Amino acid sequence: MRRYLLPEYIVERDDLKCTRCKICVEQCTYGVHNYNAIKNMIESRSELCVDCLRCVLFCPVNAITVRRNPNVYKENYHWTYEFITSIKRQADTGSALLSGMGCDKQNLTYWDKLLLNACQVTNPPIDPIREPIEIRTYLGGKPKMLEFEFNDEDITLGTKLGPCLCAETPILFAAMSYGALNLNVHEALARAAVDCGTYFNCGEGGLHPSLYKYSDHTIVQVASGRFGVDLKYLSVGAAIEIKIGQGAKPGIGGHLPGEKVSDDIAMVRMIPAGTDAISPAPHHDIYSIEDLRQLIYALKETVEYTKPVAVKIAAVHNSAAIASGIVRAGADIIVLDGVRGATGAAPKAIRDNVGIPIELAVASVDQRLRDEGVRDEVSLIASGGIRSSADVVKAVALGADAVYIGTAALIAMGCTLCQKCYTGKCPWGIATTDPEISKRLNPEDAYKRVVNLVKAWSIEIKEMLGAMGMDAIESLRGNREQLRGVGLTDRELEILGVKMAGE
Amino acid sequence: MYARREHAGSYSDDKILGSCALFGMMNLTCERFSSKEPVHAISCMRERGNGLGGGFAIYGIYPDLADLYAFHVMYMDPLSRRRAEKNLMRDFRILLSEEIPTKESNEFLDPPTFWRYFLEPKPSKLRDENVSSDEYVVRRVMGINTGVRGAYVISSGKDMGVFKGIGFPEDIADFFRLNEYRGYMWICHARFPTNTPGWWGGAHPFSILDWSVAHNGELSSYGVNRRYLEMEGYGCAMKTDTEVLAYALDLLARRHNIPIELIAKVFAPPYWEEIDAMKPKERLTFAALRRVYGSLMMNGPFSIIAARHGEMIGLTDRKKLRPLIGGMRGDFLYISSEESAIRSISPSLDKVVRPYGGEIIVGRLRDLRVMETPTLVGRVYA
Repeated sequence: MRRYLLPEYIVERDDLKCTRCKICVEQCTYGVHNYNAIKNMIESRSELCVDCLRCVLFCPVNAITVRRNPNVYKENYHWTYEFITSIKRQADTGSALLSGMGCDKQNLTYWDKLLLNACQVTNPPIDPIREPIEIRTYLGGKPKMLEFEFNDEDITLGTKLGPCLCAETPILFAAMSYGALNLNVHEALARAAVDCGTYFNCGEGGLHPSLYKYSDHTIVQVASGRFGVDLKYLSVGAAIEIKIGQGAKPGIGGHLPGEKVSDDIAMVRMIPAGTDAISPAPHHDIYSIEDLRQLIYALKETVEYTKPVAVKIAAVHNSAAIASGIVRAGADIIVLDGVRGATGAAPKAIRDNVGIPIELAVASVDQRLRDEGVRDEVSLIASGGIRSSADVVKAVALGADAVYIGTAALIAMGCTLCQKCYTGKCPWGIATTDPEISKRLNPEDAYKRVVNLVKAWSIEIKEMLGAMGMDAIESLRGNREQLRGVGLTDRELEILGVKMAGE
Repeated sequence: MYARREHAGSYSDDKILGSCALFGMMNLTCERFSSKEPVHAISCMRERGNGLGGGFAIYGIYPDLADLYAFHVMYMDPLSRRRAEKNLMRDFRILLSEEIPTKESNEFLDPPTFWRYFLEPKPSKLRDENVSSDEYVVRRVMGINTGVRGAYVISSGKDMGVFKGIGFPEDIADFFRLNEYRGYMWICHARFPTNTPGWWGGAHPFSILDWSVAHNGELSSYGVNRRYLEMEGYGCAMKTDTEVLAYALDLLARRHNIPIELIAKVFAPPYWEEIDAMKPKERLTFAALRRVYGSLMMNGPFSIIAARHGEMIGLTDRKKLRPLIGGMRGDFLYISSEESAIRSISPSLDKVVRPYGGEIIVGRLRDLRVMETPTLVGRVYA
């Protein structure tokens, strides 16, 4: 059947510059560039291009340009290019459309409508170069109050605090599984977590034995497929996260096609090589909140109450009520993953249409937990599409204790958001388990880039805190007085709990 | 007059910011003294105020009625008094009520009226609610301040009272005829509100039960302090950051039974770097304080004088972005924004205390040692 799809991109080559070095041929994992020996020319098949820009960046003479195909369907605000293309693709294949990374739709980002405060005159801004500004963040359950015992002049702390994570910056690395990513990426994230004094979440595919040495900075995940979960795995991490849902695909479990399940991945996941690793949509031992409580306590018992247990949910319509139940079920940390949360593979329809923006979810969960008087008994991690230090600061001001970053860390390593992770051919060597392509990602280099990113953001967070006149991040947490909204309706402002700019 | 917002939702928390003068004076042997010296001292720092707020908290003023809660209530209009008194009569046995005597004055344009009530909780109500009478009083005060339009309970302790309003402190002292009162401890405040016009209820000191706080500074952390206290049942109605200090003191000292030296470490905690370097037991204690009470850290420049019966403290933020100095002479402890104010009434001093940022000055009745924080750190064990 002839395909009726327009090539999405046009690959152009300045033939006068091209030296026929064939680097682009080697670098493209999608087979766009081919060397024609007879013509001594490199030919490009534009229709295969995904705009990953690998060839553009690697061409030593800057001979390649990739641009959007200027051929467009007749302008139509309702039947946009995306819808027409999707229909044509589905008419070709008869299958659900897959996509990688997070939802890319307009109008779902509130960060850009929120502005931060700064000191002028009545209190002095603090200069982070000259004064300490503290962004250390403890994550875990807390008692509502402390009790002290008094004997004569001695004061003794009588309350024992539960286990917690201590992050030197409120930025943690989000769950991305071994299988979706290769070992080089995991190693880079783990080492970066150690260097930055923060944590990396190994995701639902288990933890490779070679990474156990970084386990003090590892959060191990227990998802519905239970891949790689055994006593050692649970005991080795700094915290355990139960994954109920994921912002990119609320209501669906992770899918790893058998082609990506190599021997090593099979070993870590504890499944036969080459089999599909399909996590069920629900945990089949959790059909309601009381079952979640059992799993939380089963895990706590397993590790003898030495590690905090987190529960990760996708931000959906009634997240606030769910979060309140999760606190009461005994979780120490709640992770909220918003509609922008990314993935290696998700049905496009779900990725783009299910879930709610993280900004609204954090605001409503934080408020709900306060209304019920339990906010300070748990920590809240916001996740899903955090793009900058300003997003982090705004998330904390709305009510999060910390954030997870996934996409941002991958972009630091080279990802260009071409959204083709599900093909397993990631030309940047990230979302691939192909041993040859995986070599493209040098863990040493990637780890340094991620450390640089976190360090840079941490400096910026301190700058913004200092500008607001605060020298510790706990004074920003839930401090919506430091935020103002622009271009939002009264209702949006009300749910975010912030005033209009100018008020 | 400041219009009260009808829907005090979670996002309507206007606050009034300012920079001000503080003065506190305490007789450590509980000898009561007149307004002359404290008013003189605070008016000496006229430059630090701007006439948009002055106030006093005086301890030991109602010795004959010391067993009863003394409510000072500010009414913006006659209707508000009727509404509030309906509540008061429902919840309390009122043994005495009277308008607080004030001086006729042209200084003030349309001042609110001030009443005081000497009362105790109705025993039956107290039984029904099954709480201590202090807790009962706090709840009723919150009920009036956030629920009855135009009525504000500005003090609610026993044998103490707050007098405050718009004006320079000496004008307020005149207005309330403070020369007729004697107390063993005076907390004085001159206000310089900057971001919004002053209003009578926004003047300092702020008070709940017998705690009162006068504050110089601005709390950048106000947003989270307020939300934390709301979670604990404290409604913030006065639209000023200082209010949270009074409620935080009540919460930590009365309900959580935390000694004042450690409360100072909640408001102005040591840096993590310092905590990490402490001995293990102290480290546990101070880390726990920061983890559990991080939302009550008072971030931003402040110096405060806070008091309750028998105790007066001075504290600054940990970077010491506002001035504070203490002095002693004989049985008297003075805490002030400026040394000149102390010297204006006591030119020679036995001892001058200049605390570092985050260090607390504590004066206790019948205890002539004035504590500074370093002695404390050594004696906290976990």
